[in-house]
Amino acid sequence: MSELKELYQEIILDHNKNPRNFGKLEHHTHKAEGYNPMCGDHYSIYLEIKDNKIENVSFEGAGCAISKSSASMMTANLKGRTVEEAKKMFGEFQNMMTSDKPCVKVPEDICKAEPLQGVREFPTRIKCATLIWHTMNNAINGKDNTSTE
Amino acid sequence: MNNTEMIRKDHMGFPDINEIRDDFPILNQRVNNKRLVYFDNAATSQTPSQVTESIKQYYDQKNSNIHRGVHTLSNLATTEYENSREIIKRFINAEDNKEIIFTKGTTDGINLVAQSYVLDKLTEGDEIIISAMEHHSNIVPWQMIGERKGAKLKIIPMNNKGELKVEEFEGMINEKTRFVAISHISNALGTVNPVKAIIDTAHKYGIKVLVDGAQSIPHTKIDVRDMDCDFFAFSGHKVYGPTGTGVLYGKEELLEEMKPYQGGGDMIRTVTFDKTIYNELPYKFEAGTPNISGMIGLGKAIRYVKGLGIENIEAYESSLLNYATEMLEEFEGIRLIGKAGKRAGVISFDISGIHPHDIGTILDQEGIAIRTGHHCAQPVMDFFKVPATSRISFACYNTIEEIDIFSIALKKLYEVFK
Repeated sequence: MSELKELYQEIILDHNKNPRNFGKLEHHTHKAEGYNPMCGDHYSIYLEIKDNKIENVSFEGAGCAISKSSASMMTANLKGRTVEEAKKMFGEFQNMMTSDKPCVKVPEDICKAEPLQGVREFPTRIKCATLIWHTMNNAINGKDNTSTE
Repeated sequence: MNNTEMIRKDHMGFPDINEIRDDFPILNQRVNNKRLVYFDNAATSQTPSQVTESIKQYYDQKNSNIHRGVHTLSNLATTEYENSREIIKRFINAEDNKEIIFTKGTTDGINLVAQSYVLDKLTEGDEIIISAMEHHSNIVPWQMIGERKGAKLKIIPMNNKGELKVEEFEGMINEKTRFVAISHISNALGTVNPVKAIIDTAHKYGIKVLVDGAQSIPHTKIDVRDMDCDFFAFSGHKVYGPTGTGVLYGKEELLEEMKPYQGGGDMIRTVTFDKTIYNELPYKFEAGTPNISGMIGLGKAIRYVKGLGIENIEAYESSLLNYATEMLEEFEGIRLIGKAGKRAGVISFDISGIHPHDIGTILDQEGIAIRTGHHCAQPVMDFFKVPATSRISFACYNTIEEIDIFSIALKKLYEVFK
């Protein structure tokens, strides 16, 4: 059960049950849809970007606890960041999820996503955690469809 | 007496469950440090030693190409390969070996019928009838030929229990109907469809019917002549055989009128640059060197099922299904997806507030293999308004104890998600 506890930490379950920034953002400037056809995880992300800065961000949709908590944590990380910072954070998050080192020092700007490190022990679930980040990256790059399998 | 013994007592004539399990070495292992409980049989069943040993023996002692060599090994290989056809013909009660076409699996068989039988008969505006609970493999091949000819699909609807509204079927038939393709048992819901009644109705109007038997072949007796289906497709790996093997049964007169699906070696009688004369049935549809070892293995798998007795397997699995259904119904928040009066092999369920993927991961940590996802039946998921379900499915080697282990694991799952 220890790896399982690592995967389903209290904080992840809390984000799953009470996702932050959940719902549609009416005044968004960027949006994208992310879909994993294998498991049915399906989210939309909305960003309000002004002068290159993410003023506001939200998401909606449905999926497993890992994908939903990852989305919730990401939105909490992103608010107030510049577009370049968001792109950098996307790379940092991918590194964190794919590193083969047992414990990675998580960069400060994505620290809110640190609890997701346990997902690394479950290779089939990594895509659940990264789906929303790919979707966000597509939204800021002007692509509105994301699919991971 | 424990539950398993009680159930076993109900199934006299069935060998001891431990003897059966000994035939499947894969079951005797630990996964994530727990005893493996394999409940994903509807995706693929495990393979008994009798099958894997026959494959090894083939490669160690008989490997050679069939239907061509005059040498001894080629004769041995051909004899054994054709013997599988005979075993399968008898198992499904076909009339003649010519009607048993060896394929890669159910999907391959359905595509063969779509391309070689139905495609040429379609014109714009024509209709093919399928049901609301088809696997993608019994939807997409028909859509593909429909797109080429401007034909469309008509769908027999189902009710909230996951039963087909068969009474609406006859009204859907009209002068544009060209073909009917229907699953015998739904892989997502476990519903046993009244295929015989559907076939009778279709035949009244001269319409031919393909039955997708991927899920029914391991669970229930198949008699193609009694069912009177025109085509019946199944996969070897769902009935204890190797992957990449399958069978398409077709009535001889229909197969005779069909053009070959693929061209190549073995499917010809004579070839010149001007003209090719095709081989006779069933070889007309078996171009190229086939999966010889696989089909020999499938013959052994069918023999294994015959040894246990398909009726015995059906009765035993039905006890497992009832026991698991009652157990699941006691859990708060669990909704069974598919509550048809007649079900086999499969239980699909949804737990309120817990995504199937999380359920699958947690059960896997307990050594329990289940399927989570849309089960290649997205229209069924749409109908029940769920993105995915969790599914357990049984085979002859599963036990009541395993269902109890599953029940304890579900309680742990509830603890994690509270």
